[in-house]
Amino acid sequence: MSWLLAAPLIAPFLTAVAAFLLRFTPLGHWVSVGGMALQLVAAGALMAVVLDQGVVAAQMGGWPAPFGITLVADRLSAVMVVITAITGLAVAVYALGDVTRRMEELGYHALFNILIGGVTGAFLTGDLFNLYVWFEVMLISSFGLLILGGRPEQIDGAIKYVTLNLVSTILFLSGIGLLYGMTGTLNMADLAVRVPEVADQPLVTVVAMLFMVAFGVKAAVFPLFFWLPASYHTPAFAVSAVFAGLLTKVGVYALIRMFTLVFTGDVAFTHTVLLWVAGLTMVTGVLGAAAQMEVRRILSFHIVSQIGYMILGLALMTPLAIAGAVFYLVHHIIVKANLFLIAGVIDQAAGSNELKRIGGLYKAAPLLGLLFLIPAFSLAGFPPLSGFWAKYVLIAAALEVEAWVIAGIALVTGLLTIYSMTKIWGEAFWPAHPAGIEPSLSAIPRARRLSLMLPIAALAGLTLLIGFLPGPFVAFAEASAAELLDPSGYVAAVLGRAP
Amino acid sequence: MRSIILRTGARYICALMLVFSVYMLLRGHNEPGGGFIGGLIGGTAFALYAIGCSVAEARRALRVLPQNVAVAGLGIALLAGLMAGLDGDAFFEGQWLFLGGEVPGTYSKGALPLSSVLVFDIGVYLVVFGSVATLVFAMEEEI
Repeated sequence: MSWLLAAPLIAPFLTAVAAFLLRFTPLGHWVSVGGMALQLVAAGALMAVVLDQGVVAAQMGGWPAPFGITLVADRLSAVMVVITAITGLAVAVYALGDVTRRMEELGYHALFNILIGGVTGAFLTGDLFNLYVWFEVMLISSFGLLILGGRPEQIDGAIKYVTLNLVSTILFLSGIGLLYGMTGTLNMADLAVRVPEVADQPLVTVVAMLFMVAFGVKAAVFPLFFWLPASYHTPAFAVSAVFAGLLTKVGVYALIRMFTLVFTGDVAFTHTVLLWVAGLTMVTGVLGAAAQMEVRRILSFHIVSQIGYMILGLALMTPLAIAGAVFYLVHHIIVKANLFLIAGVIDQAAGSNELKRIGGLYKAAPLLGLLFLIPAFSLAGFPPLSGFWAKYVLIAAALEVEAWVIAGIALVTGLLTIYSMTKIWGEAFWPAHPAGIEPSLSAIPRARRLSLMLPIAALAGLTLLIGFLPGPFVAFAEASAAELLDPSGYVAAVLGRAP
Repeated sequence: MRSIILRTGARYICALMLVFSVYMLLRGHNEPGGGFIGGLIGGTAFALYAIGCSVAEARRALRVLPQNVAVAGLGIALLAGLMAGLDGDAFFEGQWLFLGGEVPGTYSKGALPLSSVLVFDIGVYLVVFGSVATLVFAMEEEI
């Protein structure tokens, strides 16, 4: 069991070492692709076992919980690891056609693999301090990826990114210290047992708020999201795709984990705060996007607004709502990463990402147009694409508990999302190119074009698959929600005894 | 400004510090020390050499790229974790080998204990050493 849980971590780190030492050879990027394929196999094996046996846990180094570091996978962790591997593989293939030789020599592939390893570690760990360590691994490698290339606007974005994330780190670490002082443990399952026994419950709520702010910065919720639109439009497209797909979702995952497992003592207060945050995040994100005229900036603001939906699911805290949040996470990662990958192709074909300076893409590349429409409409929630079902489940959950206002906000946000997506369509794809040139995909060499389009098509295919066959995915999300709302199985698997 | 005193001194102090860093690495299992602090001292030795002589000379003396040292260290640390798999133990579980001693094969008086924990510490040493050297060389070259 130990190796099954560790394998999705070992694969990217071994790959990082190999890819770095081979970075001056043409082998480097193939090592990266191979490593991601290996990661996907490891993640798939883990998923198979979790589906078969329920929550699985293992103690690293053989030190028993709660003293050692536990790796634990329930359905949520397993699906996040799988989706991380899928995104990682797609972006690794895409990077063949997007990342320059110079960036490869500076160690792009190693940083990318370490980032994937960090994300996977955050999803698998069952120890709060270990989670902090994975956050740091992610922060360091993502900072490296952000500044790779060294253009001034990259440095500018990266400074904002790192500064705000360091604030989050400090709050996170303070919260860990306080929690350890109160309970004497940092093992999440053990915390789930001990936190309710703490005499000073109001203090627990204070610490819970510290964690909420710390993870809120990572998840880019209102009003802590400023670093995201300030930095995500600057790095290479492959980099921003993996950031957009995965990084904020780690924050959402940590929020879901902590606020279903540990901080459930004062749900009336904490989850009401989350509900407000969810509504405001949706609205500010989507309005911010409406004001932008650059593809990646629009998409960045949409990440923020979409995060609101996931927080909404957590805030409502009913089985259906949590299932909606889990479903939304999976759907969103695929769609968002795909849209950023498409932004990269738009840039290569039309020469820019500024909507005013591009056009004519539909005539030049109807296939790209179609592949854009699938994730774009899915993001906006058109039936029968994956986003429709995700929004449907969440709004149904909101109506179920008679939260009319938030349901209304969610619907209006979906409508405004369509506005932004049609803006991209209406400026980049439909009208003629303002400079009079004809953008063309065939100008991109064949092999490179293939490595750019293949992952986009694959991710769009996944979106369609979830859209047309939502049944098994919703059933999985509901099973996952049941696990999250009744953590006894999780605690028993980690501590080896009933809670 | 290159001081001749620093230039001459750096060579000897650098050598001493490197020996001391290995000493710190080896004593680290039971006493204060270990891979991290050893790597810092080793990295500082090369920083001193770079300041006293020049970055180019320090790079020549190191022979390999410092960033490669750091990443190789990461690989070695990972191998230490994988070693447990040969015995069917949990990932990163410590593996011990006792050489000699009164009762061969177990921990007893006079035995030389070798462990995968030491391999991990050597990996940490190289990661820290390589990172410090990379940073210092890059900054010295900027100035």
